[in-house]
Amino acid sequence: MPERTEAGTTSRSRRSPWVSHAVLIAGILIVVFPIYYTFVASTLSLQQILRPPLQLLPGSHFLDNYYEALFGGLGRVGGINVWTLLLNTSIVALSVAVGKIVISILSAYAIVFFRFPFRMTFFWVIFITLMLPVEVRILPTYKVMVDLGLIDTYTGLTLPLMASATATLLFRQFFMTIPGELLEAARVDGAGPWRFFFDFVLPLSKTNIAALFVILFIYGWTQYLWPLLVTNSNDMNTIIIALRKMISYADADTQWHLVMVTTIFAILPPVAVVVLMQRWFVKGLVETEK
Amino acid sequence: MATVALKTVRKVYAGGMEAVKGIDLTVPDGALCVLVGPSGCGKSTLLRMIAGLEEISSGTIEIDGRVVNALEPAERDIAMVFQNYALYPHMSVYDNMAYGLRNRGTPKPEIERKVREAARMLELGSLLDRRPRQLSGGQRQRVAMGRAIVRDPKVFLFDEPLSNLDAKLRGQMRVEIRKLQRDLGVTSIYVTHDQLEAMTLADVLVVMNSGRIEQVGAPLDVYEEPATTFVASFIGAPPMNLLTPDHLSAVGAVLEGLLPADAVTVGIRPEDLGTVEAKSAEAGSAGLITFDVTIDVLEPVGAESYLYARVQDASVVVRLPGRAAVPETGKLKVAAPVDKLHFFDTHGKRVDPVPVAARRLG
Amino acid sequence: MTSRVIFPHKVLPYLLLVPQIAITLVFFYWPASQALRQSTLREDPFGLVTTFVGLGNFRQVLSDPDYIGSVQTTIIFSAATALIPMAIALVLAVMADKVIKGRGFYRTLMIWPYAVAPAIAGMLWLFLFNPTIGTFAYMLRRAGYDWDPLLNGNQAMLMIIMAAAWKQISYNFLFFVAGLQAIPKSLLEAAAVDGAREVKRFWTIVFPLLAPTSFFLLVVNTVYAFFDTFGIIHAVTSGGPGKATETLVYKVYNDGFVNLMLGSSAAQSVILMGIVIALTAIQFRYVERKVHYA
Repeated sequence: MPERTEAGTTSRSRRSPWVSHAVLIAGILIVVFPIYYTFVASTLSLQQILRPPLQLLPGSHFLDNYYEALFGGLGRVGGINVWTLLLNTSIVALSVAVGKIVISILSAYAIVFFRFPFRMTFFWVIFITLMLPVEVRILPTYKVMVDLGLIDTYTGLTLPLMASATATLLFRQFFMTIPGELLEAARVDGAGPWRFFFDFVLPLSKTNIAALFVILFIYGWTQYLWPLLVTNSNDMNTIIIALRKMISYADADTQWHLVMVTTIFAILPPVAVVVLMQRWFVKGLVETEK
Repeated sequence: MATVALKTVRKVYAGGMEAVKGIDLTVPDGALCVLVGPSGCGKSTLLRMIAGLEEISSGTIEIDGRVVNALEPAERDIAMVFQNYALYPHMSVYDNMAYGLRNRGTPKPEIERKVREAARMLELGSLLDRRPRQLSGGQRQRVAMGRAIVRDPKVFLFDEPLSNLDAKLRGQMRVEIRKLQRDLGVTSIYVTHDQLEAMTLADVLVVMNSGRIEQVGAPLDVYEEPATTFVASFIGAPPMNLLTPDHLSAVGAVLEGLLPADAVTVGIRPEDLGTVEAKSAEAGSAGLITFDVTIDVLEPVGAESYLYARVQDASVVVRLPGRAAVPETGKLKVAAPVDKLHFFDTHGKRVDPVPVAARRLG
Repeated sequence: MTSRVIFPHKVLPYLLLVPQIAITLVFFYWPASQALRQSTLREDPFGLVTTFVGLGNFRQVLSDPDYIGSVQTTIIFSAATALIPMAIALVLAVMADKVIKGRGFYRTLMIWPYAVAPAIAGMLWLFLFNPTIGTFAYMLRRAGYDWDPLLNGNQAMLMIIMAAAWKQISYNFLFFVAGLQAIPKSLLEAAAVDGAREVKRFWTIVFPLLAPTSFFLLVVNTVYAFFDTFGIIHAVTSGGPGKATETLVYKVYNDGFVNLMLGSSAAQSVILMGIVIALTAIQFRYVERKVHYA
């Protein structure tokens, strides 16, 4: 990647770059327009929304709508306000991301830095979970949740999502690139497994952890089938499930302007995380999957 | 400070591969012992067993009279310098050196004092805040040394520490290591595959081959009286010429009365071969053997010249002083003093030459 | 060389593995084994008697016209959802590789859809194309086109494909950009010296060298289309109108949870497991080959 700007120019088009920019801007429009449109709708009154076509610039109801959504209570989902939904979703996304990282880093550490009977068996047990997404075991998993009394609990929403092969495999791959001499030097310097973990493995994995955090935060925030299965009560809904409930009973009374505001709230946090942590995220994503 | 004693130490890997086949060795207090041998000879494995990084299959290792077989590396009171330095990439130079002391609960002011002291000795004072990746190869090497020194251990272990440096720097660091080791007087074990490094550094030179010790001794003793053909060809560059008596007889060498009973190989160091005029002066009363070689190439390198030649199907190297006045092709009569010949038996073991008195009789 | 250095501890590694293995066994292996067991059983309508039917459920599922229809729906939906974002992302990535100014800006906006939940992506497009409030629906109708995805199955399918493909553009874009950057510039310069014009260079050098990336994305997009789009379908069409957008995963959910056909749903689960295993195997064979390249 370095020095390519210079070397690259020779191979780049000598024609004006405007064609490229035009195509890219068209692409950006496709990508961003649906979100922008929803934002515009979130600043209009219900009457305006019900009379398409909508205007292209934000309207004057921004404050009213957002105030009502944040402090008014949303009628359609049993009077739950956006705060509760955001709180629930944040709890899910954060615990899934943090829990997954902790669990995966520990098991990858065991598999890479120790030798013990059945090591490879454990590795395969973890690896095979790649092939068992929740979508293919919906009913029996639901039954387990019921039996364990985990319906409508944060534990039920997060714990089953915390074990996954991908994060473990990523950490394993990364740990195997840590030179053996480093571990030897640390052992000669008196570091046991825990000290080596905290003094070396964690600091050296910082970038990986950051990247994985972004990816897993998004994963947790955008969960759909799982929260749909394990929540019945409205005050345990994630914001996405709540939205789906708001629009699925759509009729003349649907508070579309509040739906739009809620949608913006459902989009904003993960987009902010991805954009702000972009550098790690992109690096982590492209490296993880390859 | 301590002696290190190995007693019938063996290493057998899970697959049955025997990397170290029963080593007995005592390194005296304060000595620098160099383990040298080709790659795969078990020298690194042996060093790592002394460090506690490899389990010992059988035998015992004692440091300062204490059997350390079951001790963790950190409990053996050793410090190690690694081939790739193994500097901690996320720590500053200071922290790299302080890490081991902190783990032992050394009080902060003492850590500070020891690190500053080591940094002064190694001229690292201005680099203490840098990260390893901001250092040159030689500086990294010094930090690795510093990390070992601050620990004030009973034994230093060096695992090919200079192999990643360029030739010039390697020479400099070699001198520095030697000097530092003398000054500190710490018992040291040093692994290398470079015979020159081994010769110049060692108090005790240990030549290893396929998991066994071939010879132990002072470097010049080993050079002058190699115990086996392996040692003869491994120590010294270019290596000793090894020829059969038949080869030599065929090109005019007269060996009658010189050859011990069991000898099947005759060894001659390249520098012990030369033109007849030069070697007659050197040999004095001992006498010469002379024979013809067929010249292949003459390589002048400045202070000396190497003549690559053949005796029938065997190749021979002759080291000539300065600008050699010899033809570049054709035949040349070369000579070697009789008392500089080495003899080996069918097992490659050294055989004593025929005593001078007996020679006359023959 | 020798195997890597390790800690000699014997018990600690098991303790480190306990959390992941425990969760895995309880929430992955036990349910999966239950799905396998359930797929060979059939319950009577009242749930009182359960009988072992062997492969009966599979036979029934595979001969069910609804299931065959769902397979077709899934193939159409997945093919479109896998290929459309690849095409769009490739064009955009090639353009982004050409420009010098504004790269960061384009990338920053381009990754937004990645962070949007599939279900929300579906809703965004629903807002645009909903017959009651959608501006685009309004414009289509004004243009004389009879647009109503709530009644017309093809239009419903089109809408969920748009939403699913839109969300996947980000991911494909990032990988194509990385793939393009990995192509040594000297190759392109050599081709230029050999007289290949820009378009020719793309098709003869760039495109073939992107093949590994493209194949990887094809597999990932297919997995995405199969499983991760459940939210889009559930939130936007609920498999309708009729069964026009009922994909295999949606059908497992619907038959199991809504229609309570346990045996049939379990058999469908097992078939899906087979598909995931095949896709994962393909993906990892590919990854392995990648390693050999490097």
